Amino acid sequence: MDKTVNNRAWFMVVPVLVVMAFNAIIPLMTVVNYSVQESFAGNVFFFEGTKWFEQVLHSERFHASLMRQLIFTGTILAIEIPLGVAIALAMPRKGPWVSVCLVLMALPLLIPWNVVGAIWNIFALPSFGLLGRAINGLGISYNFTRDVGAAWFTLILMDVWHWTSLVVLLAYAGLMAIPDAYYQAAKIDGASRWAVFRFIQLPKMRRVLTIAVLLRLMDSFMIYTEPFVLTGGGPGNATTLLSIDLVKIALGQFDLGPAAAMSLVYFLMVLAMSWVFYTVMTRDEARA
Amino acid sequence: MTDIVVTAKQTAPASVVKTRARARTRIGFSWLVPLLYILFLLVPIYWLLNMSFKTTNEILGTFSLWPREFTFANYQRILTDSVWYNGYINSITYATLNTVLSVSVALPAAYAFSRYRFLGDKHLFFWLLTNRMAPPAIFALPFFQLYSSVGLFDTHIAVALAHCLFNIPLAVWILEGFMSGVPKEIDETAYVDGYSFPRFFFKIFIPLIAGGIGVAAFFCFMFSWVELLLAKTLTSVAARPIASVMTRTISISGYELGMLAAAGALTIIPGAIVIYFVRNYIAKGFALGRV
Repeated sequence: MDKTVNNRAWFMVVPVLVVMAFNAIIPLMTVVNYSVQESFAGNVFFFEGTKWFEQVLHSERFHASLMRQLIFTGTILAIEIPLGVAIALAMPRKGPWVSVCLVLMALPLLIPWNVVGAIWNIFALPSFGLLGRAINGLGISYNFTRDVGAAWFTLILMDVWHWTSLVVLLAYAGLMAIPDAYYQAAKIDGASRWAVFRFIQLPKMRRVLTIAVLLRLMDSFMIYTEPFVLTGGGPGNATTLLSIDLVKIALGQFDLGPAAAMSLVYFLMVLAMSWVFYTVMTRDEARA
Repeated sequence: MTDIVVTAKQTAPASVVKTRARARTRIGFSWLVPLLYILFLLVPIYWLLNMSFKTTNEILGTFSLWPREFTFANYQRILTDSVWYNGYINSITYATLNTVLSVSVALPAAYAFSRYRFLGDKHLFFWLLTNRMAPPAIFALPFFQLYSSVGLFDTHIAVALAHCLFNIPLAVWILEGFMSGVPKEIDETAYVDGYSFPRFFFKIFIPLIAGGIGVAAFFCFMFSWVELLLAKTLTSVAARPIASVMTRTISISGYELGMLAAAGALTIIPGAIVIYFVRNYIAKGFALGRV
């Protein structure tokens, strides 16, 4: 759509800017401020330059959390995106079941994140939980509070349970937006099920799928509450993802400088990824 | 020409039968996938409900797939204890406040982004989106200090404002998509007909994107309702969210699984109600807008 050049449109953006300046710029500047200073007792500050940044970038602890974070994000993306698309493809297109499916599938999305953690805690407990009992009953030793593998398994299963529906809803919306004429044309051409998916459905879903990947990538990078409630980052540090580590340092140990430096490095990474995705998305749009 | 039509007519019954048969087999298989998925979603929730209707003795004593001594005691305690039910009221209050605030602030901005080109618009839009992507853990400490210093600590408005950090960008993004779907000619015609901008905006434009406003409000409410880290950091007693009451109760009174389960089950209800009302918009909304 052609847009008119009008700089007075800025006035309409002012309310957003005021709220966002208060919420984003002031806190971010506070973080920048802390990141270059040493604090004593929380109120005496000395300028330290880039010391904290060097410390964070060379810290084994940060590398380990980052590694766990990348493994976590990669795994859930590899599971949730194909699974979500498959479910969306298998969903009914019309009829009373559509609403039933959508409502039930959207349910996990609206459960508070700590309740999600609590649900899975109760569900997976080796002594009281159905999942815990069932797996142990199969003869596999399973205790997510003690065993690293079990903790990861539970964590990933929980995230798949929690967020696959978002991918399903997005993919389903993309599918519903395809006009019937495309399918009729495919039928006339005698296209196979796979060809319909590969050359009609997938390209048409491309936009919503980019958004799905983007949202899941960003959100999995900032996940905090669910693993915190489920495993508390344990056993040991086995499931300490970036946010959990950061909160441990910032609010637990009150190490303002290192925590602030870590925040900034963390934020810049997320920002870089977002920028790449944003560019790819807007470039696709310009081409379409 | 006529020949082709005739042959098409003659072969029609056979092909119809074939496609019907194929469709039937496909339905037979594809039924299973969503069904299994929904079962997978519901089993943990069933387990939560199961636990919430059990007495503590039963939970600790026996393992059963359904409550043997069915009890409402856990729910009764929650609904009569002011700490508990105030938690619900607090959460609903700030989530609603946040939804109203985010959507009303985002509306004019989204209109500007969808209709005009102005100095720095693309950079501004990207900057807004970065805030949606900023991990809340980064902001926990500075938010605590900021809201304490302006005297808003432990109020509903503090949490509502803090959640604007990620909800305003989202609302702008969703609304901009919906607004771009409305042809610009409608604006122009309205101006030609002598509508002033505010009258056009409220009388004509807002009804046109009502669905989009519904979707944006749904997402704002959802993300404000489920977020805990910031809500917990910014409150202590007066505005404490239900989610935070839950975590604190577990740590104080040891392992009260039944209570925890009942409280968890109750937090699902507002979400379920919201979903029920927007069920027709969820899929349609995604498709129409560029979300």
